[in-house]
Amino acid sequence: MNAEAAGGSLSGAFFALLRRDLLLAFRRRTELLFPVIFLLVVVSLFPLGIGPGPQLLARIAPGVIWIAALLATVISLDALFRSDFEDGTLEQFVISGHPLTLIALAKIVAHWLVAGLPIVLLSPLLALWMNLPMESLGVMILTLALGTPILSLIGSIGVGLTISLKRGGQLLSLLVFPLYVPILIIATAAVMAASDSLPYTQFLGLLLAGLITSVTLAPFAAAAALKISLS
Amino acid sequence: MLSASQIVFERYFEPVFLPVSFKLRRGELLLVTGANGCGKTTLIRVLAGILHPTSGKIDCQAGGMAYVGHYLGIKDDLSVLENLRFIRDFLGTSSRGCKELIKHVGLTRVAEQQARTLSAGQRKRCALARLLVSESKLWLLDEPYSNLDQEGVELVDKMLNDHLESGGACVLATHGAHRPQWAGTQDYHLLSGATV
Repeated sequence: MNAEAAGGSLSGAFFALLRRDLLLAFRRRTELLFPVIFLLVVVSLFPLGIGPGPQLLARIAPGVIWIAALLATVISLDALFRSDFEDGTLEQFVISGHPLTLIALAKIVAHWLVAGLPIVLLSPLLALWMNLPMESLGVMILTLALGTPILSLIGSIGVGLTISLKRGGQLLSLLVFPLYVPILIIATAAVMAASDSLPYTQFLGLLLAGLITSVTLAPFAAAAALKISLS
Repeated sequence: MLSASQIVFERYFEPVFLPVSFKLRRGELLLVTGANGCGKTTLIRVLAGILHPTSGKIDCQAGGMAYVGHYLGIKDDLSVLENLRFIRDFLGTSSRGCKELIKHVGLTRVAEQQARTLSAGQRKRCALARLLVSESKLWLLDEPYSNLDQEGVELVDKMLNDHLESGGACVLATHGAHRPQWAGTQDYHLLSGATV
């Protein structure tokens, strides 16, 4: 109400929030880097632990990279709404009269740019470490580009629900990992199919469908969850 | 501008305060007083729409409201200026310059500093500047005088006077150490709903 009365536009609010979240992420660089370093460490430990057999590594590469991406995302998820919830900014958002769905979406987009995009950009390096065949590298990058936004979107619902709990982070992982399983299965199936020179577009189609569905629905669910947490 | 009839808010099936009714018109101040724990903050949060009343009706025709509570909603990693600029861009209000507002609340010297380096009183002033940025007609203030020095208390009174004179309205909750002087003040003594 407030914002509309003052002539504020929704897109203006969306981009103002997106810009602020990116600026905040940049100011807290260490928080930003931790999930990325975690990802690199996890993937680099596998060749050391299992042995550097190129065939074996290539076989497990899609699974390892994707599981590391899941873990890195979950680590960064809690920060999605936490600071805004704790310092009262979220209350201010509610009072502003802008739909909470839009606010959730802006924050999810910012989260993906900060936590998901680096995974996509680093995936060629990870693929090299894991000896992933070059012909399936493109598919690997595509699955991550389609899949990591889904992780942020689904995760936002879990964060919204657990934000008011003291040890919400632990519950969060229990809550979201089961929901991440289908994405993990579909994404790794796509990369393995590409490695075996089998058709893989159906898997990418499924991921795309998942992305569209979650972009459409998750912000609403996250906003509803936040409302519950605030009261 | 804002009216409430018989609003009740229950927490764990127990009413926090006794049913509240009032009518607030333009240029009026509703001064909510009461003992610690009688539900002043809860009432303000219900009026703000953060909490939903268990029963009763709230009718708000202000078009929008601004709220300063115990959690100030200031980002530690942003400077005072960046905090206010964000609010301005987010709400889409732009008639007054943020630097001018910072001067008004006496934070010019620390305008470029990150909010984490500010004192509690300075943070409060930053939150008060947000009231002016929002250009709302209805203010909901929860203990606005806490953490402020004498000069800061006078600043709140002056801001409040200017706001009410220009046709705004305000609900102000305080435990009563200092009360603002305004002709159109309605006193509301809030009573705890807890059964003795």
